[in-house]
Amino acid sequence: MRPRPILLIATLSGALLLCSACSIQPWVKPYERDRLADPIMAWDRDAISNAYMDHIRESREGSRGATGGAGGGCGCN
Amino acid sequence: MSHKHIFARAAVIAALLLIRSTIADVLPDNRADVFYSKYSGGGMDITGYSATARAKITENFAVEANYFVDKISGASIDVLSQASTIKDERKQKSGTLEYLHDKTTYTASYISSVERDYISETASFSLSQSMFGDLTTLTLGFADTHNTVGENNGTADAPNVAWVGHALSRAYSGGLSQIITKNFIAGVNVQVITDAGYLANPYRSIRYLVSTDVNPKGYALASQVYPDTHTSTAVQVQAKYYLPYRAAVTALYRYYTDTWGVVGNTYELDYTHPIRDKWIFEGRVRYYKQSAASFYSDLFPFADSQNFTARDQNLAALDNTTIGAKVTYAFLPDGWRIFKRGTVTADVSRIRFNYLDFRNIKDFGLPQYEPGDEPLYQFSATVYQLYLSMYF
Repeated sequence: MRPRPILLIATLSGALLLCSACSIQPWVKPYERDRLADPIMAWDRDAISNAYMDHIRESREGSRGATGGAGGGCGCN
Repeated sequence: MSHKHIFARAAVIAALLLIRSTIADVLPDNRADVFYSKYSGGGMDITGYSATARAKITENFAVEANYFVDKISGASIDVLSQASTIKDERKQKSGTLEYLHDKTTYTASYISSVERDYISETASFSLSQSMFGDLTTLTLGFADTHNTVGENNGTADAPNVAWVGHALSRAYSGGLSQIITKNFIAGVNVQVITDAGYLANPYRSIRYLVSTDVNPKGYALASQVYPDTHTSTAVQVQAKYYLPYRAAVTALYRYYTDTWGVVGNTYELDYTHPIRDKWIFEGRVRYYKQSAASFYSDLFPFADSQNFTARDQNLAALDNTTIGAKVTYAFLPDGWRIFKRGTVTADVSRIRFNYLDFRNIKDFGLPQYEPGDEPLYQFSATVYQLYLSMYF
């Protein structure tokens, strides 16, 4: 039998509320993020260059969008 | 931990946004960049110059300004087949404001791009939220674009631009970046873009079969007719892994689909390898493949054979492969005057384009090749980039 959407939403919401109530502990501690904070791990190390390459591709391909990335290892957006 | 508000039946994303911690984030460093680029391929040469500066006014508030000039010369396959050349310049200005409050960064920006036959203005807003002890970053964005499309009926040196239409575009995006382990980070981006208005490229034409009595080439050209609306959805998943030694690999995949019938798949693999704190080397391979739009044809059987008609090579079935390399050199490690450090970067990419149902009618035709039997079009392009970044 397929689960009813309302049950799925209720389960997800319940799980989320449970998580927020007990406050999720980060499993990678801030002092363990030195490798993630290395510039080589940044999604968007050179934003201008990436925007330029996106522009080149979008001018020649049918596809567009959903490129790039936000956030990173150092927790500094 | 700040207060958690509980809304009955709240959407998952809204609920996620409420979970916040007290460690404050920081905005990126002040930075100034000068950028040079050159694209050569397919009969076109495009040279770009750009200057960007970003500065924090306070710890929570930053501004960024960018100016970009593209100089375009040459003639692509479509204008070559109609024996005319292009010479144009595109000037793009953008301004961005960033505000950081606790774990949320709000960004508002405005971009204006002006060519003599194309004007585009975009206003956008996004917010980025760190949560779960900064293991997760959620980003939501919206952009509104207004384009004015013109056609140069004169020549490259004596333009005579007629404005042919407007197009409106709205982009909705969401992204999630997740730290998985101390060596592994993954992310997913989704973007839906809707367009309405004049969406065709006025310089590109369809062709349809005619008798050689009418035209010795065996075909005639006519204007493209596009639908007035277009909606696309793109989903990209990406992962970055820090290797056992100091280097990183990035893999990404993007799936694209739209209401015109184009389905695109992008695959990319990057390898980044620093040497001490002075050099960063990067190599990348990218492969892209798409199917044709439902109303695309290289050769229509007769004039007005269907409601919508296109022979724009961007809507043809195609694939392309990119091989690229980049090197970054860091200097002034101890700073100089107001600057904390600097980097200079050189980047070169080689792209091979193969069209699977778009034929080269500029170089081939009767009597050697019947219409529709000409060799498929293909070309290679090289993209050079050189930039200097100063952090202060």
